[in-house]
Amino acid sequence: MQKLRSLLKIALLLLLYGGVRFLEGSGLLLPYHVQVLSLACINIILVVSLNLINGFTGQFSIGHAGFFAIGAYLSAYLTVRVQAPFVPALICGGILAGLAGLAVGLPALRLRGDYLAISTLGFGEIIRVIILNTPAVGGAKGFSGIPKYTTFGLAYLTAIITVVAIRNFVSSDYGRACMAVREDEIAAESLGVNSTYFKVLAFALGAFFAGTAGGLFAHYLQYLAPTPNQIGFVKSIDILIMLVLGGLGSLTGSILAAIILTIIPEFLRGFAEYRMIIYPLLLIIVMLRRPTGLLAGRELSLDSVLDFWKGAKARAHNS
Amino acid sequence: MPTTAELLVNDLSVHFGGLKAVNQVSFSLKAQALAGLIGPNGAGKTTIFNALTGLCPVSGGEISFNNRRLTNQPPHTIARWGVARTFQNIRLFKNLTVLDNLRIAYHKNRQYSLVCTLLRLPPFSREEARITAQAREVLDLVGLADKANHLAGSLPYGEQRRVEIARALMLSPKLLLLDEPAAGMNPQETLELLELIRRLRDELEITILLIEHDMKLVMNLCEQLFVLDYGHLIASGDPKSIQRNRRVVEAYLGGNRP
Repeated sequence: MQKLRSLLKIALLLLLYGGVRFLEGSGLLLPYHVQVLSLACINIILVVSLNLINGFTGQFSIGHAGFFAIGAYLSAYLTVRVQAPFVPALICGGILAGLAGLAVGLPALRLRGDYLAISTLGFGEIIRVIILNTPAVGGAKGFSGIPKYTTFGLAYLTAIITVVAIRNFVSSDYGRACMAVREDEIAAESLGVNSTYFKVLAFALGAFFAGTAGGLFAHYLQYLAPTPNQIGFVKSIDILIMLVLGGLGSLTGSILAAIILTIIPEFLRGFAEYRMIIYPLLLIIVMLRRPTGLLAGRELSLDSVLDFWKGAKARAHNS
Repeated sequence: MPTTAELLVNDLSVHFGGLKAVNQVSFSLKAQALAGLIGPNGAGKTTIFNALTGLCPVSGGEISFNNRRLTNQPPHTIARWGVARTFQNIRLFKNLTVLDNLRIAYHKNRQYSLVCTLLRLPPFSREEARITAQAREVLDLVGLADKANHLAGSLPYGEQRRVEIARALMLSPKLLLLDEPAAGMNPQETLELLELIRRLRDELEITILLIEHDMKLVMNLCEQLFVLDYGHLIASGDPKSIQRNRRVVEAYLGGNRP
């Protein structure tokens, strides 16, 4: 039964991919639509990896765009200037972002709450300013001429790998240790959990995936600009909004929110300037109706949907 | 020769600024002892527990357990060396299930690696099954097998206390420190607790030191008592002699201090 459900999940994921490619081929989905879907996949990676840090380990970080930027610029530098193959460049970007997470995490994670948030925000801005002043990656002009290596399929596959890896992590002893640190650090320590280690581990792992997302992003849009919107604090806040809207500690919530909040601004393009009123209004309404996010702490799973369906059938049968 | 779990506290002092919360306290516990730490409020009992488990810095003196120096080691290291504790104001992970609360405490014995976890290789599933089985076994021991999937915060007070003891047991401790385990329990629950603590000592062969204000429980259960007052150890011995001790009576009831 368990095997069957796993196979069903894989089949559904393949079907979704096949569906997008088919619609693309038949002209129903324009390249613009596919671009939005690819960006949604990249945002899923960002939000799910931030969820590991903020939602599961409870360390409030708002410098996620810094790691994203490191991955984006390093991988682009490697493919453009060194002519490195794409996938190793992508992984290098992720690894450097992870190392940066380690370097920032060790001192910053001694802080809590607001103080940690502000220092991670500062870190993100430092990265942006360093990039702004590095001529090798284009400086303030931006980094152009990046080859288009990222396809929808690759973004989709990486998103799946990220979600599965983080799901595996949080449902293991590692994840339980992280949640213990979030719930009560003193109790966690008294049970043999080295809280510093797990905070830094979650931070570095989250940073690694954010760096990978950056690499995918760079090789999709083919141009990077060191603006707050693209790699600065505005980007960090965007990711944070998706996370909070989806619900801290819920992976499916993060996925759902990343997709919805990538697509909604595109739909609102028709309303021109009103877009910047409608979008925040939508956020405010959702937060008023569901203050803990769409799926706080809970998961939407195929199993629960199947169980619900079976339950409904059984109820119909009984009546 | 059996393993001797022995706790030695020598001249322990804990100062907070000018306040001497614990002042040159010395005592020792033999393996499998069942001892109590009593004293009026603010005597420094919980501070001694915090010093033993590394939660507050020690200003002077030595603590050793099984020939290992515990003084100023980080709490997680002390826990890994077999010293487990519960808290006066219950510190369960309230938003997690009872089962997860227990499984977290198995942490130090976990056998799989990060790579195994991320790729969910076979050793991961085997070990997880083992951890869950162990947690259910311990839950059974404290009589909460049917509450495994409840959120820890949703249980009544008395059951939360037992979950906390069960969680401490998942560390497979050699020394168990219980901070007011009977606080907020009714007489029936207290009686069950007394039985449980006795069984833990006899069946699991662990050393137990507890802080408690319920004198009936303390006198019935403990074989050895230490009395604290204003950070000083004023008496130690078996319950009978403590009850007759003049300084202890004075500390609790007041009297003509010299």
